[in-house]
Amino acid sequence: MMLDQLKETIKTALPELDFVMGWTTGYDPLHATPLYMYEPDDVDQLIWGPLNVHNLAVHLPALRHKKVGIVVKGCDSRSVVELLQENLIDRENVVIFGAPCNGVVDMTKIRKAVPDAHFARSVETADNSLTITTDKDTHTLSLAEVMADKCTRCRFPNAVEADHFVGEKRIPAVETDPYADLESFESQGFAERRDFWMAEMDRCIRCYACRNACPLCVCRDHCVAQSREPHWVSQRDGVRDKFMFQVIHAIHMAGRCTECGECERACPMDIPVLLLKRKLGNVIHDLFDYDAGLDAEARPPLLAFKLEEDSIKEKDW
Amino acid sequence: MPVLNGRELRIVGFLCNWCSYGGADTAGVARFDQPTDLRIIRVPCSGRIDPLFIAKAFMNGADGVLVSGCHPRDCHYSEGNYYARRRLEVFKQFITVLGIEPERFEYTWVSASEGQRWQEVVTKFTDQVHALGPMAPIPEVALSKLAQTEGTDLRTAITEEA
Repeated sequence: MMLDQLKETIKTALPELDFVMGWTTGYDPLHATPLYMYEPDDVDQLIWGPLNVHNLAVHLPALRHKKVGIVVKGCDSRSVVELLQENLIDRENVVIFGAPCNGVVDMTKIRKAVPDAHFARSVETADNSLTITTDKDTHTLSLAEVMADKCTRCRFPNAVEADHFVGEKRIPAVETDPYADLESFESQGFAERRDFWMAEMDRCIRCYACRNACPLCVCRDHCVAQSREPHWVSQRDGVRDKFMFQVIHAIHMAGRCTECGECERACPMDIPVLLLKRKLGNVIHDLFDYDAGLDAEARPPLLAFKLEEDSIKEKDW
Repeated sequence: MPVLNGRELRIVGFLCNWCSYGGADTAGVARFDQPTDLRIIRVPCSGRIDPLFIAKAFMNGADGVLVSGCHPRDCHYSEGNYYARRRLEVFKQFITVLGIEPERFEYTWVSASEGQRWQEVVTKFTDQVHALGPMAPIPEVALSKLAQTEGTDLRTAITEEA
């Protein structure tokens, strides 16, 4: 069994480490929560499966002075690589435990499929389905039905970098990202697109969960959303400031975002903010043939230039 | 008299101190006719321009934004405009997803001696923005909320409350 193997690997490595981060069952069987494993006993609580939604890499920069282990899905591993590339963490202080990922669930989709999901008594996860037993009923959902959108276009189900990889590598869902979601959004007119964002941003409660869950939002106390000098966004709750914040967040992710989707997952209002980052990812990919978080040694495209750019046409006027 | 008197739009221009600002000055000294929609902000280098300056300009009601710096290989700081070129190109393609027409934003290179070229650039860009017309403002408050308060004079409501 892969999970047992993973637990054994962590237990073997644990004496050399301060602790290892993973997931365990949270306040109800449907919600996982981060688990910090200090002792071999803690490791027994570890779970692995479609409920491991969090990207634990977000904690790494703050733990730089510690020697920590981290359990990663494929997408999480890209965040780790990106943090390494930006020199925000030290490779010798991080031990990466990888395992093949079959996709994680989207809680919003589950809530839609199972209205009484908040009263889940037990959850059984199988390879391609999960069975939720609530007070009233038992629902069996196929994983494909409730999987996060990012998993349907996953190119890296296996960690791109790992010190310990457990289990058999999975075949990616797609070879190249077709950006179909972006294409269908951009088939609308410009006015419709703007109206869409205005309506979405109106729901935003400015909780900044999108920022706090993002493993690459690393300005911390210097976030422009809270700085007074310069005063980039005001404290008002109008759509303009909220929209501006999302533009700031997206632009600061340009060439760095690995599209792990934590911003969107953490959003309590289900605002599709990942779309903005997907657009930037697509642009960067087309212009510079570059994907973030694949190679810790690569040079990020916006920190470099070519005298003659291959894909940027000079203006005729 | 400006050609477009009374029909001006708000266009913000970020010009590099060393080339394009000089180029615009040259055009002025040579008395070349130019549209007057452009408000110029002088920056030390096109590499100084954070794409967020442009985003902020659009948020605050600009109908178009023009960035102009030194020609590649001519940068006063050797390589500022090379970094700018990548950033600005990425940003130009990015704004389509926000619902902003990419033609509302251009970046270009004009040297201090190119008064004629500056005239051409500013005229063409202004025409391009005029062809799109004014941009629908990004509201401070959501339109749905505005509709709810419509008819109430907020100021009187507040004073009456007090």
